[in-house]
Amino acid sequence: MSDAPAPRKPAGRGGRNLELPEHLKAYKGVWVFIEHDRGSVHQVSWELLGEGRMLADTLGVALSGVLLGGPDDNLTAFANEAFTHGAEACYTVRDAVLDGYRNEPFTRGLTDLVNKYRPEIVLLGATTMGRDLAGSVATTLQTGLTADCTELKIDPTSRALAATRPTFGGSLLCTIMTLAYRPQMATVRPRVMAMPKADTKRSGAIIEDTLGMVETDIVTKLLDFIPDANTSKVNLAYADVIVSGGKGLKNPENFKLIWDLAKTLGGDVGATRPVVQSGWVAAERQVGQTGKTVRPKLYIAAGISGAIQHRVGMEAADVIVAINNDPNAPIFDFAHFGIVGNAMTILPALTEAFRNHFAIRRMKAA
Amino acid sequence: MHIVVCIKQVPDSAQIRVHPVTNTIMRQGVPAIVNPYDLFALEEALRLKDSFGGKVTMLCMGPPQAEEALKRCISFGADDAILVTDRAFAGADTLATSYALASAIRQIEKEQAIDLVFTGKQTIDGDTAQVGPGIAKRLSMQLLTYVSRIAELDLANRTITIERRAEGGVQLLKTRTPSLITMLENTNELRFATMPDMIRAARYPVRKWNKDDAGIEDLSKIGLKGSPTVVSKVFGPTPRAVKAEQIPVDKATPRDIAVNLIQAMFTQHPALEQDMLERAPL
Repeated sequence: MSDAPAPRKPAGRGGRNLELPEHLKAYKGVWVFIEHDRGSVHQVSWELLGEGRMLADTLGVALSGVLLGGPDDNLTAFANEAFTHGAEACYTVRDAVLDGYRNEPFTRGLTDLVNKYRPEIVLLGATTMGRDLAGSVATTLQTGLTADCTELKIDPTSRALAATRPTFGGSLLCTIMTLAYRPQMATVRPRVMAMPKADTKRSGAIIEDTLGMVETDIVTKLLDFIPDANTSKVNLAYADVIVSGGKGLKNPENFKLIWDLAKTLGGDVGATRPVVQSGWVAAERQVGQTGKTVRPKLYIAAGISGAIQHRVGMEAADVIVAINNDPNAPIFDFAHFGIVGNAMTILPALTEAFRNHFAIRRMKAA
Repeated sequence: MHIVVCIKQVPDSAQIRVHPVTNTIMRQGVPAIVNPYDLFALEEALRLKDSFGGKVTMLCMGPPQAEEALKRCISFGADDAILVTDRAFAGADTLATSYALASAIRQIEKEQAIDLVFTGKQTIDGDTAQVGPGIAKRLSMQLLTYVSRIAELDLANRTITIERRAEGGVQLLKTRTPSLITMLENTNELRFATMPDMIRAARYPVRKWNKDDAGIEDLSKIGLKGSPTVVSKVFGPTPRAVKAEQIPVDKATPRDIAVNLIQAMFTQHPALEQDMLERAPL
């Protein structure tokens, strides 16, 4: 009925094992699942290679990428790009059933590779693909998975992955470790980690593997892929300039001031969770723990108090400007420039002043 | 048709406060609600029941007070509710939770065959989105995550066609039932509870299952013991050492304030100015 009893191990709190069993000590190396779709790699995979490189260096082990794809996917080019971002090797599986993401063959492909090559850490992007796959693979392998990590380190005592993530909607942070199971799995959202510098001189080894599945084995069929219309495409996570508004703007009419400034700056519009919940803007514009993580060069926050929920999604911005009429608002604790004042009068003044500033600079340059 | 909807009772995170000194969650007075994402799963299940007839069974793992969350779902029109509750489940991470829920679903299936299992896309307290995929794998069901629309359900041929949110587009997938669907948010609007259903909910005898009722076979796979992940530290965010440089506002017009901000910002970040000049529309 139940699985065979596991060998006796030292027990931790609550009778559970907190020591790595001998047979799992053979698991070595850091892996990054490289996500690609319709001809391009998701940038989060390169961000993860940058982070994985640091983990691998701390542990003194190799960093490898994993690429699963169909016959027409350019896995070799993707692998070569992975090498420039820090991978030393790439495991590739090419099979007709891996053309377009489906849970079943991808779960099988990644699970089989892990069982065969035994990495100690497997990182995936917290995208709709990465989360779908990570949850399935971790359950199949019966190991620990930590979602949406904001910091990855190696614990010096146990040499285990110490994965830090926000919890309770971003009110607190917690560090989670998988001590007695391998591999240790974690997902990280796009833009949480910095993009590593590419080094085109780097190269690596490609290790090809096979899947051993045929189309008739797979129950779910991918009938079609309907790309989003360009007009509705909001790629906030990768925007360089974001003007964001909170409930301090009082009503949706005032929120138009945010759009005006964003347009003048050639930037994008963001919002807090309460603004999205009130229906002032679409959910895809929500910045924060339950929305998008952003890393723009400039983030202007107007009428935003700076709740931790919001903060964890935008504090990595290079320059943060906060406009709030409450001098004690927490946002002034982590913004770079602060204006204590009425956002409804400051925003149009800023739009005007930026427009003038750019016009004068262009005139001087001409 | 028989649909099982898995829900979780969560603290309303919008009202959570953290104790400034001890960095612990202050739960007092924080209302417990049905995880908002799960309500999209419930509504979608109820819509299928409206079209095809059948039964919607609610399933929840949690402390005895989670009964309230299940009663609320009954008030919207769910037919039956089971609360899996036992001290042995305490401390479960997502892997141990999916083991317990999958086991309970097998017990439900013994009463009546299941066509679909629904969950929300994630919870608002844990935010992991891992339990749905975990249940699907354990039950060897086809997994359909981030479903935005059910295009077709063919009960006679046991097939379902759905739209799934992916990066940069939507996948149209066709698979066999039974399958597990995690429903995307804002894909439907929850109906109002009717007066008769509210009365039924108030009186509804939620079935409470302990670990034996839920058919748990391996006690080492539930609760803290069955959880591979260990929470080693909980802490508040570190404050930034330097606070915001305040642009003087006393006796300044909005225009002065705006100009002074731009001046201060671009003096300290000349590269940003160059970059913004290039991006700003003429």
